[in-house]
Amino acid sequence: MIEAIIYYFQHNSADFLLALWQHVYISAFAVLVALIVGFPLGVLSARNKHVRTFITGTFSALRVIPSLALLFLIVVLTGMIGVPAAVFALTVLALPVILINTTVAFSQLPAEPVEAASSLGFTSWQIFWQVKLPLAKPLIFAGIKTATAEVIASATLAAFIGGGGLGTLIFTGLSIMRTDLLLIGGISAAALSLIVLAFLNLTERFLIPWRHLPN
Amino acid sequence: MDSFLSYGIDQHERLLTALWQHVTLVAITLALSIVIAALITALVYRNPKVREYVQGSLSAFYAVPSLALFALSIPLLGIGETTAIVVLVAYNQFMLVRNFIAGLAEIDNGLVEAARSLGLNRLQTFIHVQLPLAAPVFIAGIRLAVISTISIATIASLIDAGGLGDLLFLGLRTNNLDMLLWATLLAAAFALVSGAALTGIERLFARNRQEQNL
Repeated sequence: MIEAIIYYFQHNSADFLLALWQHVYISAFAVLVALIVGFPLGVLSARNKHVRTFITGTFSALRVIPSLALLFLIVVLTGMIGVPAAVFALTVLALPVILINTTVAFSQLPAEPVEAASSLGFTSWQIFWQVKLPLAKPLIFAGIKTATAEVIASATLAAFIGGGGLGTLIFTGLSIMRTDLLLIGGISAAALSLIVLAFLNLTERFLIPWRHLPN
Repeated sequence: MDSFLSYGIDQHERLLTALWQHVTLVAITLALSIVIAALITALVYRNPKVREYVQGSLSAFYAVPSLALFALSIPLLGIGETTAIVVLVAYNQFMLVRNFIAGLAEIDNGLVEAARSLGLNRLQTFIHVQLPLAAPVFIAGIRLAVISTISIATIASLIDAGGLGDLLFLGLRTNNLDMLLWATLLAAAFALVSGAALTGIERLFARNRQEQNL
């Protein structure tokens, strides 16, 4: 088995790197689009109680749809395949948690700091960037973290719709029953998820240092 | 819409078979997951260091893509329903153990000590004091586990575990929108019904708590 794995890397390292790159690329693209769409929508929906209830309700209800079903429905409904279909589906997967966390973060802000800032003559633009956003940051970042973890994991499924990524190795390994491909695909997808998670935890420490202060 | 309905009527046997396989898979997984998570919680709860270590490892394990776990389990366990259940149970441990520990930690220690000093043993204290008080947090964890198991179990179709995933893969291969829609609808309905059932169980606990003035 070890020889088979070494042989694979000696002869197919370009395929492997391509799969790895595609995986990172479609995941990052999807999280970025979800953030660009979800963040402003979250800020807006936090302003109105009815919109907020509607948005959080609808998007939580969407979570009962299995991600595999969502991926396949998007292919059959839109006729898209490959990378665009994968990015679109992963964006739809990442959007709810980013949108809901942003909405909740901005609707649960304490009133005192905002009032204090406005009585000191801060404009509403300054209040948003200098008071509200820092206060909302922990919950928003938690949403981004969950969304990224989910997207990296679900990106393995992109292989089924021709979207590439590390799932391709697993997919091929399954269809021709090649244990070496299953191990290479499985271990590298697992390792990538753990590395990204560790990176996000470090970023969180940097962005929200007060969370990690000893009491 | 017409074709969707008539597909459901024509193919109801096939749909119900897949749904039944899915329900069985999820039910067995959930029962085993809860028992194992309860054992892990009982073992690690009183030791903060071990607790932190176990929770850390479970959260790392949870970050591993389910498809990768299925792939890695094939060389060890082969394909089939048993492998699927092992992976799904292992996957659930993070959410369940986390919520079981959080539920216990939220309880006022004075109540537990009072029960113990009244002569209740550990098991009795758990059943009469800790379980009713921690029920909402326990059930929240179980709800997350059910919804995630229903979703991930569709992927288990790849390792021959059957269920609604079979219809999803076949629907994609044959470009059959009706089949895909029905499989999605049944999976979503299953998740919603399980969620509602858990809410019902939680209400029962809440009513008992009120009656006992806890």
